[in-house]
Amino acid sequence: MSISLFLLLLLALAAAAYVAGRARAEMVAGGDIRRLHSLPRQHGLNLAIAFALPALVGYAAWRMAGAGGGLWASLLILALGAASALAVWLALKPETRARNEVEAATKLFLVACSVIAVATTIGIFLSLIFETIAFFQKYPAAKFLFGTKWAPDFRGGSDLGVIPLLWGTLYVSAIALAVAVPVGLFAAIYMSEYASPRVRSLAKPAIELLAGIPTIVYGLFALITVGPMLRDWIAQPLGLGSSGASVATAGIVMGVMIIPFVSSLSDDIINAVPQSLRDGSLGLGATPSETIRQVVLPAALPGIVGAVLLAASRAIGETMIVVLGAGAAAKLSLNPFEAMTTMTVKIVSQLTGDTDFAAPETLVAFALGLTLFLITLALNILALVIVRKYREQYE
Amino acid sequence: MTAPTRSLLVADARTKARNRAEARFRAYGLAAILLSVTLLGILLASILSNGLSAFRQTEITIPVTLDAAAVDKGGKGDLSSLRATSATAYGKLIAKALKDELARQSIPTAGLSDKDIAALISEQAGADLRNRVLGDPRLVGQTVTVDALATGRIDGYFKGRVTLESAEKDSKIKPEQLHLADAMRDAGMMALRFNSGFLTNPDASEKRPEAAGLGVAIAGSLYMMIVVLGLSLPIGVAAAVYLEEFAPKNRFTDLIEVNIANLAAVPSIVFGILGLAAFINFAGLPRSAPLVGGLVLTLMTLPRIIIPARAALKAVPPSIRDAALGIGASKMQSVFHHVLPLAAPGILTGMIIGLAQALGETAPLLLIGMVAFVRDMPGLPPGGFLDPATALPVQVYNWTQRADPAFTERASGAIIVLLAFLLIMNAAAILLRRRFERRW
Repeated sequence: MSISLFLLLLLALAAAAYVAGRARAEMVAGGDIRRLHSLPRQHGLNLAIAFALPALVGYAAWRMAGAGGGLWASLLILALGAASALAVWLALKPETRARNEVEAATKLFLVACSVIAVATTIGIFLSLIFETIAFFQKYPAAKFLFGTKWAPDFRGGSDLGVIPLLWGTLYVSAIALAVAVPVGLFAAIYMSEYASPRVRSLAKPAIELLAGIPTIVYGLFALITVGPMLRDWIAQPLGLGSSGASVATAGIVMGVMIIPFVSSLSDDIINAVPQSLRDGSLGLGATPSETIRQVVLPAALPGIVGAVLLAASRAIGETMIVVLGAGAAAKLSLNPFEAMTTMTVKIVSQLTGDTDFAAPETLVAFALGLTLFLITLALNILALVIVRKYREQYE
Repeated sequence: MTAPTRSLLVADARTKARNRAEARFRAYGLAAILLSVTLLGILLASILSNGLSAFRQTEITIPVTLDAAAVDKGGKGDLSSLRATSATAYGKLIAKALKDELARQSIPTAGLSDKDIAALISEQAGADLRNRVLGDPRLVGQTVTVDALATGRIDGYFKGRVTLESAEKDSKIKPEQLHLADAMRDAGMMALRFNSGFLTNPDASEKRPEAAGLGVAIAGSLYMMIVVLGLSLPIGVAAAVYLEEFAPKNRFTDLIEVNIANLAAVPSIVFGILGLAAFINFAGLPRSAPLVGGLVLTLMTLPRIIIPARAALKAVPPSIRDAALGIGASKMQSVFHHVLPLAAPGILTGMIIGLAQALGETAPLLLIGMVAFVRDMPGLPPGGFLDPATALPVQVYNWTQRADPAFTERASGAIIVLLAFLLIMNAAAILLRRRFERRW
């Protein structure tokens, strides 16, 4: 029996159990539902749960055990649910605490749903770690971590050093931050300290719109507009390169993308600096800009550092902009107009198309994923801790 | 009596310098905002100017006589014998009709071979005509008016992408063919029309960009959004309700909270690796399936839904809960009967924004095989959830990887479609917030 048919049958039978439970409760009450501890519909729900829960658990266990959806097995599992429902039906008395049972089951469901978040993290970690171990059994970890050459070859004899990819990632992210931090910070300062409410109500959503645009749009923008522009106007006249895809292209476009990450969080943080600090400074005769530079910003600094760290984590994990804007050649170079590549680009290129999950050239993507995950995790946790500590300071 | 060296009425050099610094600082702030807004404008203008032309397509209008001898080789006139005729045969029929029509209208074709003339027509045109005849076999033997797609180069000529100079160096098009196209346009045989096929057709091969459309991608994205909505709404709301209303303050719930905050910042490509390892390699679900894409996007979207849902629940004042508990409701009843309905607009707003983010996500889908070339529309649910499909943003990526510049136009056009969907979703979220927002 297919899963959808089973679920449909289960739903129909659960509905029947609900009706039966309601009717039974009304019968037991002898026409006066005030005699019942719980409302008839709660009895109905209780019966439906008593049917569906064991059937679902049984079916899940059956499928997990690797067995196919046999017709008889499915019917047996449904019968199991029906037996459990029948037991509840027979035991139904006016004083049965159906509501408490239903609420306990609901709470169980709520807990299960919140645990999914933890399960996702565990799943990410396990899926990365197992394949990474498999990779390190085929390729020495030291060569991966300290190798300065990246030249995968599916016929064997690949060089899979992470250093050039790490360099590309950090270079692109550094350019992105060099664009986003000054622009984002000044935008945040202007919006929180100078702008009238009207300007603020227009500018804030406009800047946040930048964060709502999908990254593939930025990628295409880098590919068809920014890349050729940088090449024709800057790189070629200066003789620095002739490639549209370059670290500078990807970095600048990514910088535009993370402006709102810097500005939104910095704006919140600057707003959280107590007004009394500003008043004190202005009262001593400082101009607003002196107040901001010498009082507000130092007070907000830890929070701003947190915001920048979050933006950096965003930049390091960003994929589509670098796939379309940065190029595919792994290089260790200082020239920003040269095409370089990043860890995320190589994860994509090693895992798309026909992949052989026994080859180190495929498995290396998982090691790259783990590296990426650990770097961003460290940045995120650091940023969260800093921001949280900072918030407590003024509360 | 000497004049005072210092006065409040006369700004001294130092005050002037400080005031200038103030004005400068302020200007930097304004410049930063203007720069961000300008960049947003340039981004949108670049996409629009590159992509709007994808919604118009050059078509050649010619009468074609569907000779029974040519299209019905079996000779029986029923569907099965009509199916035996290939699209290439229809292509030849259209090419011949074009040549005849050019002769009838006495449009000069000097310097062009029959093959060059036939090359004005897309390879797709034969297949389109074949489908039309298979859909209505009574057309056999009649003369019908056919709107055949022109090839990408001719289309590009009318859109300004291909010029006479570029055609000199291009092996796929000759300047004479472009002159012929001009003559045909003047004769009313060739024109740019609204390209409805762009929204409904499947993707097309490298050689026929003019026929490529977003049909499969839109269907795949729609299926994925159904999966994301169906899973993340109940799970996200349940998790938010538990964490905000029931969870005791202990290390376990603290762990869950830190986890959710972290997951919201994990790079999306990592979710793609999870999907590949867990759903495809471990659970054995098929590659390229909207179900797998939906599951991956659900895991990615969940934390981004839980966080605003919790904020919405928190915004409901405690007096509501106290009142419900005071007249005898259980804790569960107070939450589900009173708090949740009041928080619903806020939760839904967060949900729509989360869905919009999921719709634009590309990187994780690349890893689970949604870049595959898919010609067939996925079937109807529930089976269709397992059929191969692509997604809108992935289709954009796919088209950027093709060599023909006509695909760049298509990619920009696809982004306009994507942005239109996002705009509608975000507008719905804003309207919802405006309409139902409550201040306590």
